[in-house]
Amino acid sequence: MAERDLLIAGVRLIDPASGLDRPGALLVRDGRIAALGAEVTAPEGAKILDAPAGAVLCPGLVDMRAALGEPGAEYRETIASAAEAAAAGGITTLVALPDTSPAIDDPALVRLLRARGEETGSLTILPYGAVTRGCRGETLAELGLLAEAGAVAFTDGARAVGPARLMRTALAYAAGFGMRIVQHPEEPSLAAGGAATSGALATRLGLPGIPAAAEAIQVARDIRLAALTGGAVHFAHVSTAEALGLIRRAKAEGLAVTCDTAPPYFDLNETAIGAFRTYAKLSPPLRAEADRQAVAAALADGTIDAVASDHQPRDADDKRLPFAQAAPGGAGLATLLAVTLAQVHGNGLDLSAALALLTCRPAALLGIAAGRLAPGAPADLCLFQPERAWRVEAGALPGKARNTPFDGRALEGMVLGTWKAGRRVYAGPGRAIR
Amino acid sequence: MPLRHLLAIEGMHPHDIGQLLDLAESYVLLNRSGKTQRDLLRGRTLINLFFEDSTRTRTSFELAGKRLGADVINMSVATSSVNKGETLLDTAATLNAMHCDLLVVRHAQSGAPDLLAQKVEAAVINAGDGTHEHPTQALLDALTIRRRKGRLAGLTVAICGDIAHSRVARSNIHLLTAMGSRVRVVGPPTLMPAEIEAFGVERHHDMDAGLDGADIVMMLRLQRERMGDGGLVPSAREFFRFWGLDAARLARARPDALVMHPGPMNRGVEIDSAVADDPLRSVIREQVEMGVAVRMAVLDTLSRGGANG
Repeated sequence: MAERDLLIAGVRLIDPASGLDRPGALLVRDGRIAALGAEVTAPEGAKILDAPAGAVLCPGLVDMRAALGEPGAEYRETIASAAEAAAAGGITTLVALPDTSPAIDDPALVRLLRARGEETGSLTILPYGAVTRGCRGETLAELGLLAEAGAVAFTDGARAVGPARLMRTALAYAAGFGMRIVQHPEEPSLAAGGAATSGALATRLGLPGIPAAAEAIQVARDIRLAALTGGAVHFAHVSTAEALGLIRRAKAEGLAVTCDTAPPYFDLNETAIGAFRTYAKLSPPLRAEADRQAVAAALADGTIDAVASDHQPRDADDKRLPFAQAAPGGAGLATLLAVTLAQVHGNGLDLSAALALLTCRPAALLGIAAGRLAPGAPADLCLFQPERAWRVEAGALPGKARNTPFDGRALEGMVLGTWKAGRRVYAGPGRAIR
Repeated sequence: MPLRHLLAIEGMHPHDIGQLLDLAESYVLLNRSGKTQRDLLRGRTLINLFFEDSTRTRTSFELAGKRLGADVINMSVATSSVNKGETLLDTAATLNAMHCDLLVVRHAQSGAPDLLAQKVEAAVINAGDGTHEHPTQALLDALTIRRRKGRLAGLTVAICGDIAHSRVARSNIHLLTAMGSRVRVVGPPTLMPAEIEAFGVERHHDMDAGLDGADIVMMLRLQRERMGDGGLVPSAREFFRFWGLDAARLARARPDALVMHPGPMNRGVEIDSAVADDPLRSVIREQVEMGVAVRMAVLDTLSRGGANG
């Protein structure tokens, strides 16, 4: 028996892909968007949800970079726990990093991850394939077979593809399948052993530094290799002014160069590590304030194509260590939207532009059919109240990973509901999922 | 304000530093008189928790504790369960169960004593953490200088060698600049930490210029692993040629300039034996004596200021 129709009424509809931004309602039928707009009314027998005043209904978020604990580190995060956190964050499509154990370097593993996503019923999981076997940076993985199985792009995850010759081959070969290489932009030998951005703070704390230029050096090389091969390169979690300047110029030259960043890099600076606060230890490391400002500016001017959660689940034992020994990475699913909205509230970023960075732009970049409010499209939806305030409490975060660098941060913008293919998978804070 | 732990010199008020030095001064006299003060820490337990070998610092704390009457226990990595995968925080729980009052920690990782201080009930004394700080070394250096020169303010102190990897340099920079000394750091560019000028110091790569007119020449130990393959300087002989302290170079400093070294020395690498052993210029052995007095002052102060006091 088909489910009852659902009308979500009294919302501000924002679909960044089509430029739609107006009050109205959206009708869900058989898991798909049947109609949307100001004149849409409830058919007979439909269930009606009247949204609270000021609420925005937008496409379910597309998170183009998140690490899952599965397979191999289930003590940190399972797919089920990640799906719970994603739903609470308004995320309905997630692109998973392949540097798991085992690495996603085999077509069967790509299919497995996609199937495991479907089992959650709330989250589409699209895997990245590994660039190299085992993400070890030595020999090329079977990129064609991985693509055929449904990998959306290739990356070695938290590890940069180091040797120039290997990167050249990967870019050229992947281009033959119309696929991108996603690079962790950090020159490996300059970054080796580092724990914080080089500078007065790292010097004061006696922590081994990673120069900000390690990012620009990798980006500069890979832009040249993209030009040489005709391949497409995407730089993940870009965090420095210098690298953004190089990317901006490459785009102006018409090269197939794109990039994303993650909320910590436009919301926090290096001072968040305070006196050895390991929850703010990230990779790349948090940067100087001037770099943070440059990342925020690049969100507004379009240089940055997407904002990803860069979710890296860690458990307490990974973090309760001396700083240089603690594992880098922060949980990011539940805070992705609200921290991005801080740029809207506090920095003049256009709301629709902010949502584009979280929906249609990453989807278009990776060729994913998601991130749009269009009649006939699956009803993957996120309902949120942009002004509603809350405070991040690490211990109260949904899911299993509590390693947020934003603990204690006051935010505005709360997810009230998430729908996956028309089914409600998150019903707002403090309520059970219906 | 009572001092709860001694984790770093950074952030300490000059008044508190001065008080610690005054108290240490009185312990110098007491130690020289051959008397002890065995009742001050009677019944208190001091644990020396050393994750890195250091006979000199450990012995100095042990002696300081015993002279004040504390029960002193030495735990070193080789004999503890820390080698068997026990985490730093498991160790903290164990120490709490033992009702340790004063915990002296040496660790190869910057920030390890801060982490322990969050979890243990004892007053924590940082005896050197990674490349972060070594506060009692800076205090004993300051006491040595103050006793010889009568003051710290206005003196020019040249800290020479591997600044980048030196916790001694960092603690000394914080202490000396707080007390009004002019600090220079001298060494090859590859052994300078990033943005060191932000600490209010002058940076010199030329040793002669760095030593010019200095009142104090403080040499640092250069670890063998900084040289040669993958290292930051090509060889020991090249380092000594350009940044080693010999009599000719010392002549650049003031005629009454003092030579210091936190030990252990690499003779012929950063310092020439003739200079290191010159009784008129070198105060290296005196530094060791001051170390015991300073550590007595620190233990005394913490045992009164901490939660256990």
